[in-house]
Amino acid sequence: MTVAIDRATGTRRGERGPRPGLGQRLKHNYQKYWYAYAMIAPVAIVLGVLVLYPLVYGLYLTLTDANSLNTARTIGVNHIDATYKFIGLDNYKDILFGPTSYDRFWSHFIWTIVWTALCVALHYTIGLGLALLLNQKLRGRTFYRLVLILPWAVPTFVTVFGWRFMLADSGIINSALHALHLPAPDWLEDTFWQRFAAIMVNTWCGVPFMMVSLLGGLQSIDASLYEAAEMDGASPWQRFRYVTLPGLRSVSSTVVLLGIIWTFNQFAVIFLLFGNTAPDAQILVTWAYYLGFGQQPRDFAGSAAYGILLLAILIVFTSFYRRWLNRNEQQLAI
Amino acid sequence: MTTTTVEPSAPVGENGPTPVPRKVRRRGENSLAGNLASHGILIAGSVIALFPVAWLVFLSLGPDKDDYLHPAGIWHKMSFSNYSFVLQHTNFFEWLKSSLIVSLGTTVIGVFVAATTGYAVSRMRFPGYRKFMWILLVTQMFPVSVLMVPMYQIMADLQLIDSYLGLILVYCTTAVPYCAWLLKGYFDTIPFEIDEAGRVDGLSPFGTFARLILPLAKPGLAVAAFYSFITAFGEVAFATTFMLDDQKYTLAVGLQSFVSEHDAQRNLMAATAVLIAIPVSAFFYLVQKNLVTGLTAGGTKG
Repeated sequence: MTVAIDRATGTRRGERGPRPGLGQRLKHNYQKYWYAYAMIAPVAIVLGVLVLYPLVYGLYLTLTDANSLNTARTIGVNHIDATYKFIGLDNYKDILFGPTSYDRFWSHFIWTIVWTALCVALHYTIGLGLALLLNQKLRGRTFYRLVLILPWAVPTFVTVFGWRFMLADSGIINSALHALHLPAPDWLEDTFWQRFAAIMVNTWCGVPFMMVSLLGGLQSIDASLYEAAEMDGASPWQRFRYVTLPGLRSVSSTVVLLGIIWTFNQFAVIFLLFGNTAPDAQILVTWAYYLGFGQQPRDFAGSAAYGILLLAILIVFTSFYRRWLNRNEQQLAI
Repeated sequence: MTTTTVEPSAPVGENGPTPVPRKVRRRGENSLAGNLASHGILIAGSVIALFPVAWLVFLSLGPDKDDYLHPAGIWHKMSFSNYSFVLQHTNFFEWLKSSLIVSLGTTVIGVFVAATTGYAVSRMRFPGYRKFMWILLVTQMFPVSVLMVPMYQIMADLQLIDSYLGLILVYCTTAVPYCAWLLKGYFDTIPFEIDEAGRVDGLSPFGTFARLILPLAKPGLAVAAFYSFITAFGEVAFATTFMLDDQKYTLAVGLQSFVSEHDAQRNLMAATAVLIAIPVSAFFYLVQKNLVTGLTAGGTKG
């Protein structure tokens, strides 16, 4: 476990004398750590200007009724000033409890949760299975590994595009299903099949990352543990259950968290697969994008409000996840 | 290392060695059936992984825009005409130029900034350290839509809409936090004694960083560079929104423009997609091994 120790001085954090006054502390901090601050300054500035400021600004936008018709804009030589006004928490009230809130927010919310849970579960189990297979002495295992990470190697916008060909009405998948005398679903039109297709494509895209990370984790497990377990007569399942899984715990907790965050915010797959069609298959991220940029007039305030809600969900989730890990005496590796 | 719990005594009676003498199998070797099963699953997985990409390559050889509906016909009239058309009669090279400028710009700026940050958080426990790490993690979570509108406004105010610099800065905000995490993990593996030796010999903290640590961290830097590059290369949402001039489209945006421009000339799209994928994938395979080590460096140390 990492213990926060200042490696330069070797003192543990927290072991300090009585606290000096604020001014003196600032001065002391500055003298002692100025180079650390100088080194993180570029990131702090870029993040501050391009992330924190927009975030605060976005937060303000959610409290107004801004859309593309009343924000400041320049048409030709005429400059039109912003006319949107402050309306308090009405946007949130409308999104969460308004008359059409189920259709516009909650249905997408539920679908996003289902999407995240299913995708991450599939990524993890398939990735773990393949990693276990690749971790044994097997002829051609380098070859398998190289082929299996192909979906990760090719940019998403290219592979998703390939999938669209395959899922088209008379594309290869439906032709194959037809040849097998199975019903051919309308992958890109029917809501259920749209969702099915989205999960399928995202699983295909996301497995290699999990597989490769877990393979790294598997290879770092001490082989003598397996030997000891085998000496004690553990069956393969017991070895998996009591050696492999605990050994993978810290990698797993990291990649699962990253996977959840990335999948929850997965924009490219759904956007490229369906564009602005398929309103029912949009997860919250793409739906918010649609509100802000895919329709006329563009609903800036609503889109930003969705964004803030999304961020809030993720932050709450991550805090609980961390607390849960801490309770199990683990720390996040990242 | 993470402490690993091993059940002290697994029930020997039930699963103990069978009395029947059988062929001795050495550790790590599988039975024939197990081997066949492994190969079977791996081959199936490989086919699934390979097929969509291979299919795209195959379709890109069909010269007519509706060929993807009748793939069997492509065998007889395979040609590279799509490729020559894309290379000669579209803005492909303009798009490639934009993509390269933006991606390389992101890589250079992003890696430099991430390296200094990663070093600072790896070596120094300054006040605000934990908060800073937490902020870096939270930036990973920002959904596109919360930043899109305000960023658009800020970019417009700064006259950065439709400019490469604007897009580069935007991509840095997504690439840098992750690269900083990644490089922190890498810097952690470089012994601290090296820094101390440098300091004793009279180097400033920045000198230690630039002259000792950076050269040692080359593999880690390569991974971070690659990560920034593919992030910027494959990004769609910001590029679609911020680049308005079709001379400045990145490849990801340009690819979509085929749908409206030439009323869905999918054969050309397929050819373009393949042209885009080849260099990136080749590059990916060069660094994939380091990528994995870099990604899991924090995780496997425990």
